[in-house]
Amino acid sequence: MSPRWEPVAPAVNPVFLELRTLHKRYGTREVLRGVDLALARGECFALVGPNGAGKSTAVRAIQGLTPMDDGEIRIGGRGLIEMGRTARAIMGVVPQADNLDPDFTVQENLWIYGRYFGLSKPLIRQRSAELLEFMALGGHAGQPIHALSGGMQRRLTIARALINTPQLLLLDEPTTGLDPQARHLIWQRLRELRRQGTTLLLTTHYMDEAERLADRVGIIDHGRILAEDSPRGLISVYIPGGVVELRRVDGEPPDPQNLHRQWVRASERVGDTLLCYGPDLSPLLAHFAEDPAYQWLQRPASLEDVFLHLTGRDLREETEYAAR
Amino acid sequence: MRLGEILPGTGAFAVVQRNYRVWRKLLVPSMLGNFGDPLLYLLALGYGLGHFVGRMDGVPYITFIASGIVASSVMNTASFEGLYSAFTRMSAQRTYAAMLATPLRVSDILAGEVLWCAVKGLISAVAIMIVASFFGAIQGPWIFLAPPVILLAGLSFGGLALVMTALARSYDFFMYYFTLVITPMFLFCGVFYPIHSLPPFAQHLAQVLPLTHVVALLRPLLTGHLPHAAFYHIGVLWLYTLTAYVGAWRLLGRRLLR
Repeated sequence: MSPRWEPVAPAVNPVFLELRTLHKRYGTREVLRGVDLALARGECFALVGPNGAGKSTAVRAIQGLTPMDDGEIRIGGRGLIEMGRTARAIMGVVPQADNLDPDFTVQENLWIYGRYFGLSKPLIRQRSAELLEFMALGGHAGQPIHALSGGMQRRLTIARALINTPQLLLLDEPTTGLDPQARHLIWQRLRELRRQGTTLLLTTHYMDEAERLADRVGIIDHGRILAEDSPRGLISVYIPGGVVELRRVDGEPPDPQNLHRQWVRASERVGDTLLCYGPDLSPLLAHFAEDPAYQWLQRPASLEDVFLHLTGRDLREETEYAAR
Repeated sequence: MRLGEILPGTGAFAVVQRNYRVWRKLLVPSMLGNFGDPLLYLLALGYGLGHFVGRMDGVPYITFIASGIVASSVMNTASFEGLYSAFTRMSAQRTYAAMLATPLRVSDILAGEVLWCAVKGLISAVAIMIVASFFGAIQGPWIFLAPPVILLAGLSFGGLALVMTALARSYDFFMYYFTLVITPMFLFCGVFYPIHSLPPFAQHLAQVLPLTHVVALLRPLLTGHLPHAAFYHIGVLWLYTLTAYVGAWRLLGRRLLR
């Protein structure tokens, strides 16, 4: 289940990245409505939210690429605006949409990126070799970008974001669209970076990704952070105990008399499914499990349950990115 | 507008370096486009039309037209680079977005792009000058003053093109610019005939356009004379360059930082 690691001691690691009441409007649409966030140095924080929740805007704001209507961002105690371009010199960014340079090979992509940071040629050469090894791209240095698979391109994008040995790594949906093998490799490497002391801020809408990687998770929707805690903390506060999913074989609504209510702490109906939450659901199962008209699934509560509980079950259309 | 933000830094050279590396990979087709077309114009019109025209403004027609072709090729090369190539980098390839995730700023990217437009204009102009000199179509002691003029011309045309690119929603938009700006300059700014043969109002109009001033500088330099009122023409080109730079910087900033 969800990995557990030692919490970062706040006494030794004061706040490294701080967002204070961040507000951003596009026209009449409020994308960020007072986002507060504080990351300790060396922490991995996951910002999860549905499409259009404000995740990518927050990531752009931290890079100083979008003027804020209100609020402040501080990195290592200094204001982002006052830092200017030096802020981006200590950051690495893995963007949501791939923007590797298609006219260059793998190696050349790292080289030119290092030049954008003003790094010396010998340093770039040394870093490139290390990073290609680190991201398991060692044999592909001379290949053109179009010859790489999606997973390899993503790994190269991460390698590229590390060329300046950043203190803060921003990852905007780093594993969207990748196969399980590629995702696991990327997770391994991100954990490795965290162990080396890099502060990580990632956005995702994969709950398992947030659960596996993050020390803390912030659930964001409609430009506000709704809840913020360790994955376990969130689950135990919002969905204590377990979950039972009940369905009828014939597709009719399950338990029309609402008998389940005496045994559960909360429940909801979603389509053909009745979701029951509670610390002890065995009486519920004792009643329905033997009934041949019912199918059931008992499972521990997950971050996804918390997420859906807080953000609702409405479908979100792609707006945030497509609007750009 | 903060002065520190609009002034480019050394990062601009990394942008030039990137474009140069890509150009080097695509050297042959790129050179063919920038250099083949103008060379055909030079030979076809210089010899074909030149046979009937004889001399123009006191020099053989091919000599007259060679300096015009050099000037117009700078315009075309720098414009094409600042329109289609820059737009591809900005939108399809998201190269600017990748650059902005590094310490590069909009001013560094813009200055690098404009500078690269000028360098490309210079490359194609020098190639044409070399060929034209084989035909004796350019000559004189002032040829070596042409490259700085060509670079300045490349900066103005590149800057103007990047204003268009910052405004463009798609490639189709550039057709307006070509049909309404580039082609009229090609035809009415003294490339093929002296502008004093135009009706007075057209002469005034031509005086406003940058290519007229590039031709006014290059034609004497490439035929063995020093240009009249050189500082006036240089001043106009600098005015175009700086105005275009400021405009493109504001528009690109609005587009990329939102």
